[in-house]
Amino acid sequence: MARVCLEFEKPFAKLEDQIRELEERQRTSGVDLSAEVRDIRKNLTAMIRKKYGALEPWEIVQVARHPDRPQTTDYIEAFVKDFKELHGDRLFRDDRAVICGLGRIAGERVMVVGHRKGHDTREKVECFFGCAHPEGYRKAMRCMRMAEKFGLPVVAFIDTQGAYPGIGAEERGIAESIAVNLREMSLLRTPIVGTIIGEGASGGYLGIGVADRLLMLEFAYCSVITPEGCAAILWRTAEKAPDAAKALRLTAADLKGFGVVDDIVPEPLGAAHRNPREMAVTLERRIGRHLRELKQAPLDDLLARRYEKLRRVGVTAEAAGPG
Amino acid sequence: MAIDGPKKKDIPEGLWLRCPGCGEMVFRKRVEENLHVCPECRYHFKIGARPRIALLADADSFEEYLPNLMSPDPLGFVDRKSYLERLADAQRETLLYDAAVVGRAYIKGRPVVLGAMDPNFIMASMGCVVGEKITLGAEKAAELGLPLLLVCASGGARMQEGILSLAQMAKTSAAVGRLHRAGGLFITVLTNPTYAGVMASFASLGDVTLAEPGAMIGFTGPRVIYETMKQELPEGFQTAEFMMQHGFVDRIVPRGALRSELASLIDYLGR
Repeated sequence: MARVCLEFEKPFAKLEDQIRELEERQRTSGVDLSAEVRDIRKNLTAMIRKKYGALEPWEIVQVARHPDRPQTTDYIEAFVKDFKELHGDRLFRDDRAVICGLGRIAGERVMVVGHRKGHDTREKVECFFGCAHPEGYRKAMRCMRMAEKFGLPVVAFIDTQGAYPGIGAEERGIAESIAVNLREMSLLRTPIVGTIIGEGASGGYLGIGVADRLLMLEFAYCSVITPEGCAAILWRTAEKAPDAAKALRLTAADLKGFGVVDDIVPEPLGAAHRNPREMAVTLERRIGRHLRELKQAPLDDLLARRYEKLRRVGVTAEAAGPG
Repeated sequence: MAIDGPKKKDIPEGLWLRCPGCGEMVFRKRVEENLHVCPECRYHFKIGARPRIALLADADSFEEYLPNLMSPDPLGFVDRKSYLERLADAQRETLLYDAAVVGRAYIKGRPVVLGAMDPNFIMASMGCVVGEKITLGAEKAAELGLPLLLVCASGGARMQEGILSLAQMAKTSAAVGRLHRAGGLFITVLTNPTYAGVMASFASLGDVTLAEPGAMIGFTGPRVIYETMKQELPEGFQTAEFMMQHGFVDRIVPRGALRSELASLIDYLGR
């Protein structure tokens, strides 16, 4: 049961409370209320299905940030077998905002890299709410090079509002660390499967976001900048974030339409936080399938296709005459 | 991720202008004749893409790639103003279709692929047109075996093109990666300002990274860092000199010496 309730989830919670009450009454009084419970459950399901079938972009952003939404570490726990975390960039320190390690997914040996947001306050502070420093991107690169050397595919979990906006990050070259990852991931001679599991925002997402197959969970969002950041700049107030969320076209369907995302992974009824176990099962199967498909391709073909995929993205037009 | 820059232009109308570097009133014409560098304090004013290319390329040697490429506003983006209006304003002001100009040129007789970005065109932010031109420039450089020289300036990715603009970071970096693997020479010149999505992609990937004196260079803009972190910024934070001190710029080159510097580097590293 979800602990935190979004504004538009409140009607669901009300019905859930009714169900709990009826079940409690049935237990204590011995009167059979199962028919009533069934009816309310049916209503609840219909209500959730209807609401989630027509979420506004800003509501999707809220779902993507839901405090109970499964994070990278939850998926690792759920389906990465025998996970061996690898620490540090060998240059400065171990950035807790990025988690890397060896493991098995759907029977395949892989290198996992992912953003780590943290669950409780202590964890969140420790990993800067999922905002990585240069050492996080460099750790990821070090592990991806190791994956290339030993022929392991890379599986990336993306969930960040962006790279860390601080003095130390700038001093140690946050821009350079992301740029190098973009270049090296485009050339990495091993398959890469990435999944945007929550938030995929800004260059901070892209720093581990280049992939042969980019998956996106149904209610994740992906954007050049957070809606608040965009609103603060273009509308001069962060309060216009809902408008920015709409204008930015940041939903999974939008991303697939633009050719950035290859595969949308369906979420359980009422989104991943309402049923993390089902979400993990679906995601594991989907990643497994893409890994098996990519394994078939010769590396040169894989890299040629990766380049073409990156190369193709964009929409331009020709003006009638010279400027 | 564009940073919010000052709206006023560096060089306003009028015979005199106030230099942002030394705060003195300087004679406009003297600044212009001095490559838009303050004759008093050597402050480097922003210059457009066309004057930049004129400054670096041999006379009449520049042949532009994709000169008519423009943005069709793929998202239909409207904030306080529509993106189409912003594009039209920028086009009127700069006489460019978008924020980058890329083509073949000669520098002191040496053939190169040369590109420059225009800080007056929506902060030289990178959308699909800029991304396509830089990518094509890198591909041409690899194909023709020529050095790629890019004079960078940018507030970052162009938010009005949403995720498509962010994708240009990966696209340009991949193209530069191929050039790198092919053994091609890539030199970047970082000018005021170079930030965010551009700095976190091709602008950081040169074999040699040059910068103009005093240019502001970074990922997150200083105001955002200050407002988010409530942290006093160190003296000279994110200037070219600061970036060289921290290991991300090879050499700081005054505008007047840039053409010779590039020619000389090509003689060392070009094929």
